[in-house]
Amino acid sequence: MIPILFGITLISFAVIHMAPGKPTDLVTQLNPKVSMEAREKLNKIHGLDKPLYVQYLDWIKKIGRLDFGKSFADSRPVIDKIAERLPITLLINVLSIFIIFIVSIPVGIKSALRKGAPFDKISTVAVFIGFAIPSFWLALLLISFFGVHLGILPVSGIVSLDFEKLNLLQKIFDLSRHLILPVFVLSIGGIAGFSRYMRQSMLSVEHQDYIRTARAKGLPEKEVIYRHALKNALLPIITILGLSIPALLSGSVIVEKVFSIPGMGLLMFESVFMRDYNVIMGILIVSAFLTLLGNLLADIAYVYADPRIRYEK
Amino acid sequence: METCPRSNNETCPRPTRGDAFVVGNIGDARTLIPILASDSPSSYIVALVFSGLVKYDTNVELTGDLAESWDIEDEGLAIVFHLRKNVRWHDGHPFTAEDVKFTYEKLIDPAVPTPYGGDFKMIDRLEIPDAFTVKVIYKEPFSPGLTSWHMPIMPKHLLENESFVTTKFARAPVGTGPYKFKRWKSGERIDLVANEDYFEHAPYIDRYIYRVIPDQATLFLELETEGIDLMSLEPIQFKKLTDTRFFKKRFKKFKYPFFGYTYMAYNLKDEKFKDKRVRQALNYAVNKQELIEGVLFGLGRISAGQFVPESWAYNEDVKPYPFDPEKAKTVLAECGWQDTDGDDWIDKDGKNFEFTILTNQGNDMRLKTAEIIQRRLKDIGIKVDIRVLEWAVFINEFVDKKRFEAIMMGWGLGREPDCFDIFHSSKTGPGEFNFVSYSNPELDALLVAGRRTFDKEKRKQIYHKVQKILYDDQPYMFLYVPDSLVAVHSRFENVKPSAIGIGYNFIDWWVPKAKQRYRY
Repeated sequence: MIPILFGITLISFAVIHMAPGKPTDLVTQLNPKVSMEAREKLNKIHGLDKPLYVQYLDWIKKIGRLDFGKSFADSRPVIDKIAERLPITLLINVLSIFIIFIVSIPVGIKSALRKGAPFDKISTVAVFIGFAIPSFWLALLLISFFGVHLGILPVSGIVSLDFEKLNLLQKIFDLSRHLILPVFVLSIGGIAGFSRYMRQSMLSVEHQDYIRTARAKGLPEKEVIYRHALKNALLPIITILGLSIPALLSGSVIVEKVFSIPGMGLLMFESVFMRDYNVIMGILIVSAFLTLLGNLLADIAYVYADPRIRYEK
Repeated sequence: METCPRSNNETCPRPTRGDAFVVGNIGDARTLIPILASDSPSSYIVALVFSGLVKYDTNVELTGDLAESWDIEDEGLAIVFHLRKNVRWHDGHPFTAEDVKFTYEKLIDPAVPTPYGGDFKMIDRLEIPDAFTVKVIYKEPFSPGLTSWHMPIMPKHLLENESFVTTKFARAPVGTGPYKFKRWKSGERIDLVANEDYFEHAPYIDRYIYRVIPDQATLFLELETEGIDLMSLEPIQFKKLTDTRFFKKRFKKFKYPFFGYTYMAYNLKDEKFKDKRVRQALNYAVNKQELIEGVLFGLGRISAGQFVPESWAYNEDVKPYPFDPEKAKTVLAECGWQDTDGDDWIDKDGKNFEFTILTNQGNDMRLKTAEIIQRRLKDIGIKVDIRVLEWAVFINEFVDKKRFEAIMMGWGLGREPDCFDIFHSSKTGPGEFNFVSYSNPELDALLVAGRRTFDKEKRKQIYHKVQKILYDDQPYMFLYVPDSLVAVHSRFENVKPSAIGIGYNFIDWWVPKAKQRYRY
């Protein structure tokens, strides 16, 4: 795991630094009041005048001490910037995974059981639409409809302007109203994908011998499906869900931007444009860690879904 | 305070206090240390929390802010500022000349990463004879120096022992301005509250809330639902999207002059563009009015060179070239550019006249402008390609390294007409602003003289000549001055756009009690 993380940082560091531009550019470029000396001074202060490998070694040494460095944009510790942005990103991602799970599994099962029936056909079409829709466009349409036309949901942000004055119950209600659209948009691609996987997985399980056996010994259909077929069909889904965390995180970049959610995705977006190297690298490490965590959770979930797997000494 | 118009015999509505003003913008502030704040969100907030020594009035004349008055002494070598007394920082500490001296010292401190040191490097020394007098002595007379003192002054007592790189002050500033800092939620909002003790008078609007809404489209939807009270509009939003009954009832739209212009710059090292007659011909071939109609929906004016009409440096006698493609063709033919091989493109020494316009991604108006120019130049036999590049790539790889034939860009200008850095022949190094490599000894001399002269009438004459020479030389194809367009919620009274923008009298804006939307 450590070598993988090392490789990730090396490649990301190189790619980010190869892109033209420096963190100090936005401050200094095309501002006639900024002199050349000021520009060189800024580069020196931030250590950007050193050779690239020296910059990388400096950075990796600091990471060894869990020091993510400071943001070039505002000199704040990167770890603080990520810490204040991470909770909301985690919240919308966890909610999305939950929604993806509870919607796509029943849809997948239903289409698999009645393969070719109207429900299957409709859901197939819906899935392809869900796949094809660009999420920023869908987000804007939904805001325009629910926020502007009907005026029943907020347009952007995560809380209202008068959030502080609300009591706890009102706060929860306010937050939920703000989260409906972002979580929906973030889930839509996942629902489309996972209901397909689920359908496929269910179809392949249905023709197994043990299902025929279960039916032959006269078990009720419900029991056949939910106890015997479903458990086996879920295994590949868990694997894929564990692996899909990077996709969700990158999806939240777009969702956070359109809905003005001050999360980690938005921080990433801003940092890339500012070439704020330390913040970008910090977010990459956090995302890599979350992905590994997702895989670990998937492994644990296996234990429950598949009695054959036991992590024992 | 603004008074009622005389003609109005009805009882004058008395401004009432209260309510909040919510602004939406696509970016968050980065730092609220004034001398480090270089991005526009940070500058908005800094302008409300801090004050400088001088500021501009609605006639674009310098007037006192923290300084009550000033004298120019020793034939322009020294400026003496007389400061306001009884001004207090937001924490109650009195403001004195020590704070000005401290701010100056930080501006020239090599350990402080400020981008604004340039103008202050011209200062020889700064003296404070007493607590409310500041004497600035320059190495040589430097008239743009006076304007540079609009630089917000920082409190010495809070920052003396702080490092500017790590200080908490960057996210919790204390100033002398009309609004006090309250809190900052990163990436979400910044709250300011009215400063009851502001030295002009307490602002009427209690709160100023700055919301970060990173997406342009979302920002507009927020405006439509009255989630924000002010937004800068694009021409199409101003003309079409806000032209609804619903919108007109809730918002007032304003347009005021923008201090800046859009241009197409030539690389003057390029053989094709070396002859100024060729550059003039290209200007004749482009219909500037058509650009304004097509790109700005009529919301702009034709540029007549470096200065905008509101500037005192603007020379009325410089007239933009008319649209005259026939004349363009004749002049180009005189310079040897003619279609000799019958392929519809004009050529010289066997080479067709073709070039590429580079511009940056994300600026639709520049791209459209380039496309219209492309078509107009095709009419006179010049082949134009357009290439759009990401900002950082555009600047680093092409502009700074002078690897371009022509670029489409814009300048946002200050009120001070000094343009030494943009057009003086000594400013052509990599990354400097004379990236077109323009050089004209006569103009060089005028730019130096303009910096050394304080007398406004004399400066006026100098900059009038500067404008005439620049327009005649056409180092850029000067295109248009766009209007600044903004929508403000209609409940706000006393919003009066002027030559210096719309926010200058923000402390006099107010909302009648019945229309107030937020209570605190």
